[in-house]
Amino acid sequence: MDKITLTIDGQLLTASPGETLLTVATRNGIRIPTLCHLEGLTDVGACRLCIVEVIGQLVPACTTEAANEMVVKTRTEAIKKYRRQVLEMLFAEGNHVCSFCISNGGCELQDLACELEMHSVTVPYAYPRNRVDASHPWFLIDRDRCVLCGRCVRACGEVEGAHTWAFAERGHTARVITDLDVDWGDAESCTSCGKCVESCPTGAIALKGASNAEMRKDTDMVARLVERREHE
Amino acid sequence: MEKQIHIEPVTRIEGHAKITVFLDDAGDVKDTQFHVTELRGFEKFCEGRTLWEMPGLTARICGICPVSHILASAKAADAILAVRIPKTAEMLRRMMNLGQYIQSHALSFFYLSAPDFLLGWDSDPALRNVVGLVQANPDLTRKGIRLRAFGQEVISRLGGKRVHPSWAVPGGVNAPLSKDDHQWFVENLPECKDTIRETLDLFKSSFDCEARGVLGEFSSMYMGLVAPGGKWEHYDGLIRIVDQDGSIVVDGHDPSRYYDIIQEASEPWTYLKFPHYVPMGYPGGMYRVGPLGRVNVCESFGTPEADAALEEFRATTSRCSGKVFDYHYTRLLEILASIERMELLLADERILDPHVRAEASINELEGVGIHEAPRGTLIHHYKVDENGIIEKANFIVSTGHNNLAMNMAVKQIAQKYIAKGNITEGILNRIEGGIRAYDPCLSCSVHAVGQMPIQVNIVDADGALQQTLTQE
Ligand code: SF4
Ligand code: FES
Repeated sequence: MDKITLTIDGQLLTASPGETLLTVATRNGIRIPTLCHLEGLTDVGACRLCIVEVIGQLVPACTTEAANEMVVKTRTEAIKKYRRQVLEMLFAEGNHVCSFCISNGGCELQDLACELEMHSVTVPYAYPRNRVDASHPWFLIDRDRCVLCGRCVRACGEVEGAHTWAFAERGHTARVITDLDVDWGDAESCTSCGKCVESCPTGAIALKGASNAEMRKDTDMVARLVERREHE
Repeated sequence: MEKQIHIEPVTRIEGHAKITVFLDDAGDVKDTQFHVTELRGFEKFCEGRTLWEMPGLTARICGICPVSHILASAKAADAILAVRIPKTAEMLRRMMNLGQYIQSHALSFFYLSAPDFLLGWDSDPALRNVVGLVQANPDLTRKGIRLRAFGQEVISRLGGKRVHPSWAVPGGVNAPLSKDDHQWFVENLPECKDTIRETLDLFKSSFDCEARGVLGEFSSMYMGLVAPGGKWEHYDGLIRIVDQDGSIVVDGHDPSRYYDIIQEASEPWTYLKFPHYVPMGYPGGMYRVGPLGRVNVCESFGTPEADAALEEFRATTSRCSGKVFDYHYTRLLEILASIERMELLLADERILDPHVRAEASINELEGVGIHEAPRGTLIHHYKVDENGIIEKANFIVSTGHNNLAMNMAVKQIAQKYIAKGNITEGILNRIEGGIRAYDPCLSCSVHAVGQMPIQVNIVDADGALQQTLTQE
């Protein structure tokens, strides 16, 4: 099939039809911050951290396909500002306290705050009241730390095929649930495979027993599994 | 007409505090109140969190003694997992606690308190701090600073992070001791021992009796943990309480049932509660903890040099010293004992064993963790649900145990040095010194070390501000 040519940050690049801007940029060493994207899973464009500019419009790089003669900018001042605003809202929406978090030092949200130079949160905090669900024998979910990226939902559905995780409700009450909103320990569809744990970018889904700053995620796990399946 | 004198903030202690002196019509001291005006509501924050997070979460109670909370918390969690932690893990936790003693006591002595009694109570306030101390005695001050740095380095090397090590975990510790760190400890201990010997000698030769009496003397009971044989203990052990003569009031009490003998009263004018010995009620059941408490309850340190120094100390006072000033003396004794204990731990090859963590799930729904923090007995008490979520947390912090005593010390000094409404800076500083002797850590934002402005408000009975004295 014909190759596509496009420009990203002034570089003339080629892409295959159907490839996303994120894929093309990443292949060419252009870093675009992401959060809901996870290699091996379908992209859904949920977090908006990967926004880039195409003819004056902001679009998510993870779900926008490359097109011929497209001119893409990934790091204008406006883009940086919007990414930071999105990130601030993610922080304000949950209860993210790095200092005693099990994922401190190994958290994608925290890394993004550093990368995007988010020095403070300028929107009011929502301080939601959530309950930690530690009813599963090995894992727990702390919704205070959930950014609703949906990586757990997709890993569970697309790769494990268990469909234990799903979203419930909308807007500021949206949250991830197990089965029909039962405690995780009672979710019969759960195979305890642990893919959600490794896919979750923060300390929201974690191993029980991990103490402060001990949790480290194997976020490449899903991509490795998917790649092997493709080779079967 | 009655007057109120406010002294705030108390300088050179950690956290925020305020003192009110109530004068009677004649201008003499009627009563005093030592207020702790900060409330951080930590017990509430913990509810709903997981047990495994508690060491790191409670470490945030205090920037000065995070290690103490981490250890008490990890011990409470051990009890809930119902595990006996590996021997090496216990040795390493002890090692860290001793490091904490050295750094905390050295901070208290060299940075916060020595300026008063080595430079003089009435010396220039601008220089009555560690800077003035460096000018007056550069060699010893430098050594004191290095001594504290050693304690910090022990914590840092073990915990991987100086202030909030996330290293003690439910079931043990999360990393064994490396050979390099072991060697570093062994190589650096002798200098520490020399420094503490020298400091003790100087202290013994230079403190005058006036200074020793200046901070007050009163009788109270003392509480601390002791090891079998009544030996000084800092990490485990059973609760012992002695009276002002050293006679045993309670011995061998199971620490996990602390609430049988200790309860907390509260007063509307302060956020710090008043723990007291239950059979004697409130406020009669006053006891003191910390260096003086531990030294008063124990028979011996169990290590040769510290025991020799203890004997010398006891020769200068009764079996149980009631002098507030002796907190400083016993702090130095404890630094020496800590160094000797470290030597013993490092000489035992088991300290390098890689097995340092016992894994278990929730096996008990309640657990108490108790140990001797530098400032005194520290208690963490948790109740969890089946999944390890905290339902209730109770902390009795070292400073709390001394609350009654600090109020008493303030009152005594005020009565001695304020007459007919007449106050001078030197007197105010003695009141502060009376509190500082307990090295209180008031819940616990870190105040800058050194002199800070003091404001004294003299308020009459109608609440009108009569006079304001400030010290820049
Ligand atoms: S639990 Fe983790 S993976 Fe799932 S939506 Fe929340 S942050 Fe994303
Ligand atoms: S990574 Fe593209 S929207 Fe989240």
